[in-house]
Amino acid sequence: MTSRWSLGLDIGASATKAVLLDGERVQARALCKSGADFAAAAKACRDEVLTSVGLAACDIERTVATGYGRHRVDFASTSVTEITCHARGCYASFPRAITIIDIGGQDNKVILLEETGARRSFRMNRKCAAGTGAFLEEIAGQLGTPLAALNELARQGTGNVELGSFCTVFAKTELLAWIARGTPLPELARAAFRSVVKRILEMDPLAGEVVMTGGVVAHNALIVELVSAALRREVFVPEYPQYTGAFGAALIARET
Amino acid sequence: MAEAKAVEIKKLAAAGTLRKLLADHFYELDQAVKAGHPKIAWCTSVGPAELLRAMGFLVYFPENHGAMLGASRMATETIPTANAIGYSPEVCSYLTSDIGACLQNRTPLSAAYEGITAIPKPDVLVYNTNQCRDVQDWFAWYGQRWSRPVLGVECYRGVGEVTDVHVAGIAGQLEALVPPLEEIAGARLDPERLRETVRLSRQCSDLWKEVLETAAAVPSPLTFFDSTIHMAPAVVLRGTQVALDYYRALLAELKARIADGVAAVANEQHRLYWDGMPIWGRLRDLATLFLELRTCVVASTYANSWIFNALDPDDPFRSMARAYTELFIVRSDPYKEKYLEQMIATFAVDGLVFHDAKTCPNNTNCRHGMPQRLQERLGVPSITISGDLNDLRCYSDEQTRTQIEAFVEQLAEKR
Repeated sequence: MTSRWSLGLDIGASATKAVLLDGERVQARALCKSGADFAAAAKACRDEVLTSVGLAACDIERTVATGYGRHRVDFASTSVTEITCHARGCYASFPRAITIIDIGGQDNKVILLEETGARRSFRMNRKCAAGTGAFLEEIAGQLGTPLAALNELARQGTGNVELGSFCTVFAKTELLAWIARGTPLPELARAAFRSVVKRILEMDPLAGEVVMTGGVVAHNALIVELVSAALRREVFVPEYPQYTGAFGAALIARET
Repeated sequence: MAEAKAVEIKKLAAAGTLRKLLADHFYELDQAVKAGHPKIAWCTSVGPAELLRAMGFLVYFPENHGAMLGASRMATETIPTANAIGYSPEVCSYLTSDIGACLQNRTPLSAAYEGITAIPKPDVLVYNTNQCRDVQDWFAWYGQRWSRPVLGVECYRGVGEVTDVHVAGIAGQLEALVPPLEEIAGARLDPERLRETVRLSRQCSDLWKEVLETAAAVPSPLTFFDSTIHMAPAVVLRGTQVALDYYRALLAELKARIADGVAAVANEQHRLYWDGMPIWGRLRDLATLFLELRTCVVASTYANSWIFNALDPDDPFRSMARAYTELFIVRSDPYKEKYLEQMIATFAVDGLVFHDAKTCPNNTNCRHGMPQRLQERLGVPSITISGDLNDLRCYSDEQTRTQIEAFVEQLAEKR
């Protein structure tokens, strides 16, 4: 059975995303900060997409919640993990065997899909948030640069600074040493981006066709370029990488 | 919101008897301390308990106390105290939680058993490094603190086939323990009593194996989480009659569950195998999560570790040596992979959960590519959970929950 109006909500560590489907077609998207109240963020996102198309909450036939806050959405029909939702959302755009890299606010995922879209395996980063969006936020703060400006700043670097640490705190200590030597900020920003890429490359051999998703990818195209350079092949990105989980959730809502 | 998730863990009736058995065990030790006799030997979990018991010692197992520290989450408060005196957060958290508890004059035994205020001081400490080298350091700390002798057996590691050379080496070390133990005990070893203890221990092992094998039934009457509780007599009371009586009753209860179609996990949909240590401070949470997900963790390397097929009362020293060397934990990776393959088939397992315990590398089997090799060879998927046996600073509730839920969703896709 399929629904007409289906809603996917991805309540992530940093941002909450909503995707509203009319049949198979995306009718609206919304994004807001998750903050400290996941339920409120989910409701705000839902209300925004509903308002944008002139619907009421009762018009939605099914809602699937995903992400860190998935269990906090009392109006959701069910909850599904972000791993399954990202896989579903990505496969809709790239219907073949793919390796998905999702870089989120607090965690990274590598998901291997078979030709049929069935999941072969998945990995998440360890407990530490090194290599995630939270790491870049920390580094932006240390460099006194707005997070939104970090990508352009890093583009100006040449890549002659290397961070060796696994740990965010140790990486920041390393950066302190480079700052003390008077290293230009663009080099430090680029070093942080390269550090994120190294954490990703450690998670899996990343065989086959690679697709990248998530908020970090959406706002930092340089990450994709660096991964592509490391793998020596093209890396694909869906049109709305930050909404992949919410899109997958909406598709699951529609199909169940 | 998601489906209604009101589920309750189905307790085994034998749990009441188990509580009494363990109470008797700890009160007997406490009484011995107060009376000054019988003498007390501390022993590692797969140390030479049969020998110690046959020589008249009451046997206390610090790893059992470590598990209690973990399960009660007292470990979280005591580990930092051991860290502060130089025992790294990277070493065994049984060791750090136990030493920290000693330094704080605390024990979970006090809350469980009225009148017991401290762990029983040993007359001798006897280890076997088959669990890890940390047990040696752990016992050495107590030996020094209380001026008590520490004796031990150094095991082999990475063992493929267990050969006569291995057996002779360990049997020689076991026999060498006898003279100093006789001196401490003040009595000679009675060979007949040793044979009898080994016989009881073997019977206990056989019954425990039968208990665990009931989980091969579909649906399973038993979960890994049940087994972590009900394994206690196989660890601390092996070599005694009461352990046999207990497992006969437990086995009857499990067989009745199978006959009546009673599942440990209602509407069992998926069956998993757990490799590595339990996460003691999250046993209940994880047991409940798997119940909600209609997934039964049916078997584990951990609970199987107290099955000693080789014990033979007619050849006590050599058979103890073989039994303590046939342990999964000291074997080579090729052996371990074959063993897991056999478990997957025996218990009709859909997937594996590897616990990467931060402070227990010896009982962690996912750090050298084994999950990937097994998936490649057998097509059996797995997840690796980062955590620890006792140190919850190394564990993320939310990340673990997401991984487990996602894994079950993956298994459901395949059905």
